[in-house]
Formats: sequence, C-alpha cells, structure tokens
Amino acid sequence: MVERTYKVIDETGIHARPATLLVREAGKFNSDIQLKYQDKSVNLKSIMGVMALGIGKDAEITITASGDDEEAAIDAIDGLLKKEGLAE
Amino acid sequence: MTSWIEGIAASSGIAIAKAYRLVEPDLSFQKTTIDDPEKEITRFRESLVAAKSQVEAIRDHAKEKMGDDKAAIFDAHLLILNDPEIVNPIEEKIKNEKVNAEAAVQETTDMFIQIFEQMDNEYMRERAADIRDVRKRIMAELLNVTIPNPSLISEEVIIVAEDLTPSDTAQLNRQFVKGFTTDIGGRTSHSAIMARSLEIPAVVGTKKATKEIEHGDMLILDGLKGQVHINPTEELLAEYKQKQADYEKQMAEWAKLINEPSVTKDGVQVELVANIGTPNDVEGALRNGAEGVGLFRTEFLYMDRDELPDEEYQFEAYKAVLEGMEDRPVVVRTLDIGGDKELSYLQLPEELNPFLGFRAIRLCLERKDIFRTQLRALLRASVYGNLKIMFPMIATLDEFREAKQVFLEEKEKLTNEGIPVSDDIELGIMVEIPSTAVLADQFAKEVDFFSIGTNDLIQYTMAADRMNERVSYLYQPYNPSILRLIKNVIDASHKEGKWTGMCGEMAGDETAIPLLLGMGLDEFSMSATSILKARDLIRKLSKKEMEELANQALQMSTVEEVVELVQNTVK
Repeated sequence: MVERTYKVIDETGIHARPATLLVREAGKFNSDIQLKYQDKSVNLKSIMGVMALGIGKDAEITITASGDDEEAAIDAIDGLLKKEGLAE
Repeated sequence: MTSWIEGIAASSGIAIAKAYRLVEPDLSFQKTTIDDPEKEITRFRESLVAAKSQVEAIRDHAKEKMGDDKAAIFDAHLLILNDPEIVNPIEEKIKNEKVNAEAAVQETTDMFIQIFEQMDNEYMRERAADIRDVRKRIMAELLNVTIPNPSLISEEVIIVAEDLTPSDTAQLNRQFVKGFTTDIGGRTSHSAIMARSLEIPAVVGTKKATKEIEHGDMLILDGLKGQVHINPTEELLAEYKQKQADYEKQMAEWAKLINEPSVTKDGVQVELVANIGTPNDVEGALRNGAEGVGLFRTEFLYMDRDELPDEEYQFEAYKAVLEGMEDRPVVVRTLDIGGDKELSYLQLPEELNPFLGFRAIRLCLERKDIFRTQLRALLRASVYGNLKIMFPMIATLDEFREAKQVFLEEKEKLTNEGIPVSDDIELGIMVEIPSTAVLADQFAKEVDFFSIGTNDLIQYTMAADRMNERVSYLYQPYNPSILRLIKNVIDASHKEGKWTGMCGEMAGDETAIPLLLGMGLDEFSMSATSILKARDLIRKLSKKEMEELANQALQMSTVEEVVELVQNTVK
C-alpha cells in the first residue's frame, strides 16, 4: 500500500469539477484507492463519497492506493492534484 | 376518435404535427418482495445501462449546442451512474432484503439525498438535485415510462405541457418545435410571449391539454381561433392544410409592406418596432419590417445560468443587437427580474405577493453591483448603434433619479478609463405603475421618453393578478380608466417635447391600435410577427378620424361600449 498526504489549496475546496476529475482518474486503475479526510475514509472512485466529505480549502487529506497498479495510480492522482492546483 | 379542445389563442398561425408530451412522468411504485434477486439485479443493471446511454446522448447534444460548460453537469451525472458507493449498496439491498429494484434504488438514493441536503454549503445542497435527476432516469427505465428530453427532439412536433418555464422554452429546438399548447396560462404568460417570439402558433390555458392528448397523437393547432384538434379526420386535415396555405398567403401579402413606412392615410408617421429577448431575435425583427427595437428584455441574458452574466458577456449581446439593428433605435430595458421571473442563483426569499414585491428597479437599486455591471456593458456597447435605456417598474421620481445617478457615475468612470461611450443615450422609464402614469407630467420634465408597459399597468390598475385565470376578465385594455391613464402619459410627454411608446401586448392589438393612434402614441412596440399586420392597418386609418374616435372612447363608461365604438368606426 502507498500513501501520500496533501493540503488542499483550491479556494473552493474539492467541489464538483475537481471531484469529477479525481474520480474519473481513479477509475482508470484496478487498485483500491481511498481518500481520507478527518476520521472518514471514502472510495475515491465514488463521486458521491468524495463530494459528501465536503472538503474545503486548507483541509489535510490522505490518498492511499493498494493493488497491482498502486504506484501508477498514486502518481497519476498526485499529478492531477498538482496540475489542477487543488492541493500540494 | 376525433375531438378537440379550446384555449386562448396566444400566438397566431396554424401548425400540424405530432404531439410531444413534456410532462413529468408518474414514477410511483409498490415496494414488493422478490424471489429471484439475481434476476432483479440484472434488471437493475440493464436500467443503469439504458440510463447511461440517455445521459451520454444528452451530454453530446449539449456539448454540440451549448458548449462544454453546459455539458459538464451531465458528465457528473454519468459518474453518479457509475458510482460504486451507490450501485453496490443498491445491489446488496436487493440481494439481502429481497426487495424490488425500484425500492432499493429509492431507499439508497434517499440516503444520499439526505446527506447532501443537510450540508451547510448551498452548492452541496444543490447536488441533491443531481442525484434526484439521475434517480429519475433509472426509475423511468425500471418502470418502463418515458422521460421527456426536449433537447433531443428530432422531428416536427407540437409540445403539450402543463405550462412552459423559461428554461423549458430555452431548450426547445426551433427547427422541430412547430407550436405548443398548455393547460394553464394566458395571453401574457411567459409561454405565450415566447411563442410569439419564436413565431410559432400557441394555444394556452386549455385546462386539459395534458389530460386529453397522448404522446404521438396527430394534432392541428389553430393559433388563430385557439383550438386544438386531436387525431383529426382526413377532411378536417385537408381543410386545415388549406387554411394554413391561406394564412401563409396573407402573410406574403403583408410581407410586401416590409420596407414601407408606417404612415396613416392623412400622412402622420408613427414607429413600429419589435419586442425582443435575445440577439437571435434581431433577424426575425428585421424580417418582419421592424423600424427598431422598442423593448429588449434583458432578463433572458440572466436566465438558464448558474451565476450572474459578467460585463463582457452582456457587452457582446448588446453590441450584437445594436450592430444587427444598424442605426435603428434600440430601447433596452434594464433587468426586470422578480414577479414571475426568478433567478435561482440570486436566492431571493419567497414573497407572498411577488408582483408587488422586490423586483425590477427595486432589486437593481439595492443590488447595485448587478445594476452597475449591466449599465457598464450597455455604455460600452452604446457606440455600436442607437441605444436608449429604460428602467422598469419606476414608481417614484426618486427611483428614476437614483438610477440615473448610477448611470452617470458609470459613464464617468468609463470616460475616465478612456473607453468610448455615446453621448446621446436617451434615458426613459417604463410606465406600468399607476402612480407614475398619474404623475407623468412631473416625470416628463426629467425623463427622455416613456414606454407604457400595458400588461403590468392593467394588472396594477385593476388589482387583478394576470396569472390568475379566475380574475382574467379584469384584464381590460380598452377600459376607459386604462385609456385615460395612457392619454395622460402621452399628453404629458408631448407637453415637454418628449415621446411615448408602448411595449405591452396592447400595442399590437387590432382594436387598440386605432385608439392609441388617436391618442397620439408615437411608438408601437410588439411581437415581430404582429408588425406587418399593424402596418397594414395603420396605413388604412386617418389620424384625424382616430383622434375623434379616441376622444369619444375616453368619455365612455365601460369596456363593451369602447369595443363597440371601435368596431363600428373601423371596419
């Protein structure tokens, strides 16, 4: 299992469009990918799960991936978070 | 079986096409226990696949017609349909609780809708609507009912609906929608105004169109008489095809007047101009011989969006209209929202009496940010044509003065920024509140022009809600009380060397035109399709004779007497 932690820098947090991008990216991999925020953890392949967390600016989030393509998965998510200016 | 229903002829013309029901489907179901969960899960999965392909089709269409922005919402809907956190619990519920798919879908999505509705973020609360929308599609598949997707219509149809909202009509494809008929509404309801703007026939206020008409029924829509024939006989169909041809012939006859002046028999010239809602309407206005635009309803720029339109977007729209109309006058009405026109993103509190409430200039003077953006966009566009601006729902002189002050401030700011603006922009007001009509002599000293909005002026004078069918008999444009108010406004403007126009339904009305002409109205603004007919009429009338007619009408006591007088004088 691989794990990385980020701080959300997007003004509006992880709302509809970024959530859509993340979920779509996660859906490309076989690994189980989870998004942790505070004490909750949701499946990053679930748009409803991600949006229900209501993640705002400055939130600390953790992404974990476990499975045969976990490295590729977390790199792809990492790239997306940074490219879109969502988190660092 | 042939039958027909009757309603209000809201937009003239004759259409013959199949019915397209734009009605919320019945998605009620019974929760049942099932024997074969595997089979039920398969049924659920099939409904998902079908729902996905529908959403994909709508998304692709939206992308093509409205751009990526509008299509994004459907991408989100697709993700919801693919969401393991929704799909898996539904399948587990079917398996563990042995309930039918409908109940499993309903209960599982209810849970998510609840979560989102309880969030303290408005944006998140709105996501509950997305889940509802997606659920509706799955449910419709499971229950085997059709959900209307008006944006996907690809053959000629007549829309059958309870009522049409602005966002419904915005989605309708002009190429295929040949007319519409609704259960509720009157001549001045939104659906009627849109029909005239789209130049398609409409019969509204039938009370039972959605009950009597099935999806796919053959319909004859008679927008001249206000009748809808359902599955007509061959004879009737032939008769109507002839009527349709005659109507088109009459239209062709009027079309010869496109470039003729609007001059009475005795040589008095008036202006016949069009009411428009979007830059797209300019083409229709010119095609119908409009000598300008007497009312550009800017609300439509604010509707069907998630946020306020910015200055640039508005500037482009105003510029397009001004350039499209070349040097003809264009009267733009500043934002008139409230009443029956809402903007969800402004989140205005619901009011008990919206028509008497926080709307139009009242809203703009409190939300000056919105007002200033619009005025800046208008000022910047002013150099591209002949712009005039009017403020809606003015009740007191102070309101006009305050609005004018904001206008002057924005003008000065732009000038200081080095941005060119026209120096000849006339500033006028809508006269639609009786207090303003009564005090017109005082207003006339400060405004450049008046435009009488008869729909509201009549509703406020008679104290009769124009959306309420039970008091629709009080919508009396020819009532002497209304005529006297109009006369007072026209006379007041002329005394100060100003002019008066009219942009309500009345300006295009055959019975009203002789009276208005006689009272000295300078500008008649109407649906583009009414212009040529009005021009034909005005060219046959004598101003001098109409003055006598108007003077007599002003002394009468009931609307019936006035109508009789006009009909006996003008044949």
